[in-house]
Amino acid sequence: MDWTFLIFTLVKIAVVFAVVMTMVAYAVLVERKVSAFIQDRVGPNRAAPFFARYIPFLGPRLVRWGIFQPVADALKAILKEDYTPAHVRKVYFWIAPAIAMVPALLTLAVIPFGSQIGSQKMVIADLDVGILYTFGIVSLGVYGIVLAGYAANSKYPFLGGIRSSAQMISYEISMGLSVIPVFLLVGSLNLSDVIGNQSGSLLNWHVVKQPLAFFIFLIAAFAETNRLPFDLPEAETELVGGYHTEYSSMKFALFFLGEYAAMISVSAMMVTLFLGGWTLPFLGLDQPAATIGMGLVHILIFLMKLCFLLLIIIWVRWMLPRFRYDQLMDLGWRRFIPVALANIILTAAVLAFVRS
Amino acid sequence: MTDLLFIVFAGLALLCGFLTVANPFTRSPVASALFLVLTMVWLSGLFVLLHAFFIAAVQILVYAGAVMVLFLFVIMMLDLREEERRQWNRFGVAAGLIAVAGLLGITVLTVVRSGISGETEATLEGTTPLLGTALFTQYLLPFEIVSVVLLVAMVGVILLSKRELK
Amino acid sequence: MIVSRKPLSLAERFYLPAVANGFKVTWRHFRRTVFEGKTAAGETAGGFHPEVPWKVEPGYRGAPYLVRDQEGHTKCVSCQLCEFICPPKAIRITPPGPDGQAADRKNAEKMPRDFEINMLRCIFCGLCQEVCPEEAIFLQKDYSLSGGSREEMIYNKERLLALGGTHSGTQKWKHKLEEAKAQEAFPVKTP
Ligand code: SF4
Ligand code: SF4
Repeated sequence: MDWTFLIFTLVKIAVVFAVVMTMVAYAVLVERKVSAFIQDRVGPNRAAPFFARYIPFLGPRLVRWGIFQPVADALKAILKEDYTPAHVRKVYFWIAPAIAMVPALLTLAVIPFGSQIGSQKMVIADLDVGILYTFGIVSLGVYGIVLAGYAANSKYPFLGGIRSSAQMISYEISMGLSVIPVFLLVGSLNLSDVIGNQSGSLLNWHVVKQPLAFFIFLIAAFAETNRLPFDLPEAETELVGGYHTEYSSMKFALFFLGEYAAMISVSAMMVTLFLGGWTLPFLGLDQPAATIGMGLVHILIFLMKLCFLLLIIIWVRWMLPRFRYDQLMDLGWRRFIPVALANIILTAAVLAFVRS
Repeated sequence: MTDLLFIVFAGLALLCGFLTVANPFTRSPVASALFLVLTMVWLSGLFVLLHAFFIAAVQILVYAGAVMVLFLFVIMMLDLREEERRQWNRFGVAAGLIAVAGLLGITVLTVVRSGISGETEATLEGTTPLLGTALFTQYLLPFEIVSVVLLVAMVGVILLSKRELK
Repeated sequence: MIVSRKPLSLAERFYLPAVANGFKVTWRHFRRTVFEGKTAAGETAGGFHPEVPWKVEPGYRGAPYLVRDQEGHTKCVSCQLCEFICPPKAIRITPPGPDGQAADRKNAEKMPRDFEINMLRCIFCGLCQEVCPEEAIFLQKDYSLSGGSREEMIYNKERLLALGGTHSGTQKWKHKLEEAKAQEAFPVKTP
């Protein structure tokens, strides 16, 4: 165990954590703004700290864009009364929000978010079984929700918990099956290899080679992160708030942030698996960076792709109504799983044909 | 370092395993299920120490992530109060002991017969292609038999749960 | 008549047209708001809420207040029906008791000694208005109540009466009389 390794890893973890938490906060803002625009409103445009007035020109604009809103949101979440209803199961009630938050962050450990800066590879842990690790961790995410539903000890949260466990298991299968063709193409489970395989030209991106896999993965990602159109575990109109009905204050905020963190990690996975990770197929941007500046550019490219996917996920929420539960299960089991299986067989056959 | 981690993981796995079957604080099946999940997690830690990353990841993915969620799912549907009130049942204890003893016997017998010394290094080094090759060449027949058995079990379950077939 | 459903095409079973149309609609609104600067509030009211007060439409259910009749008397007779029906138990009435103050109007035996509505609990459901036999409580147009403490949000009788004002338009006994007269004529006219 040498010290430089430890220090660099800790620094990377701290930076990734900080960046992701900021992105989570602003993803919430973007969500509110986009929803407002789609619904003919303006969205948050009031939160103004005292110094905003003194910034010439930019100040009022920042206020109007709601740049300070996340700060206000966070303060509100922290200062609200943390209420524990009398009928809950205390232990589970306390650990559920933490469990909901953690898996989403753990997933990011294996995502290569850039090529390298100096001699440091821009990934926290370059595992050989990267993708299996992410699936394993993602599959643990359901516990937070199930436990929250169970802990609340009342009907609606319970229904939410039950729904989410069934939904997440079902869609995990199609998600897992949908990426297998990608790994057949790459021949390795390491995420850095996956990115290496997509360099060279736009046609090498897996979204071009495996569009079907990409779409199944994208839709399964909606179900895994409990986003509309598959937000049945929360389903405000039928289950009040679903699994987090009984939560308030910071505990509720943890669920809320956990959902956005999960969105970010799923988008990061999609960028890595299908959209070429930190590469762009021109200007030599698909080779590991030689200088620090290029390293930063790579990270920027990764973040931009990530934001694009986040925007899609956010937009879809305001575009489609919630599915009925039987439609959801039908879509998962009777449409996507067969299609994903067919995709695997087809890819394997083509590969065997090409390579022989 | 590795030895220390081994002791930590193994100890925690044993502790959680114990709490799964005999929890002095609560008799709630949900607590048992959750401790079983924790046991799985520590076991996968042990696999990591053996450099078997693939098995470690699959352990979490399949057992902790899918099987145990279904367990929880079913447990939460049950009437837990009755479960907590239930008394020891002599037949159950005896059957359980016999089953555990049998399983332990088989495991010990297999390990002793195979002649593995305590010092074996991991031969597959955990890389996925090697594991796949081994499964599909050396162990092809057992692998296929297991898949057929699982398929039969699946068909059986569907038959049982759909009583009135048309 | 039973309308048989038309079988869905393959694309429809994968929800593709739904997604395409959804995008078309949302994009239209997004474009209108972002690039043309048109918002619903801007179009209808010419501005946004705190600066441009929101126009309350008739029939809006705001905060419930007590009203006086055309002569300025308390209409409420302290029957406590509203207290019983209120789903979140926001109303608390103190009746005058056997030798309390008499009602300040004819046709009534008593009026409440105190009448409190906790506006933090009230859900503006309108059941109190519906159940009141004396047409003494109405959901009015106030929708934005605020206060510095919980106590401040419990409105007492004086406050409720002052906020409610008189409702000369709703005179129960006059209406009853008219109704009775209308029923004497034949055929019965339905309003
Ligand atoms: S409006 Fe509904 S909640 Fe409010 S006081 Fe009347 S009955 Fe109670
Ligand atoms: S407001 Fe109406 S219902 Fe309520 S006590 Fe007075 S008369 Fe009765």
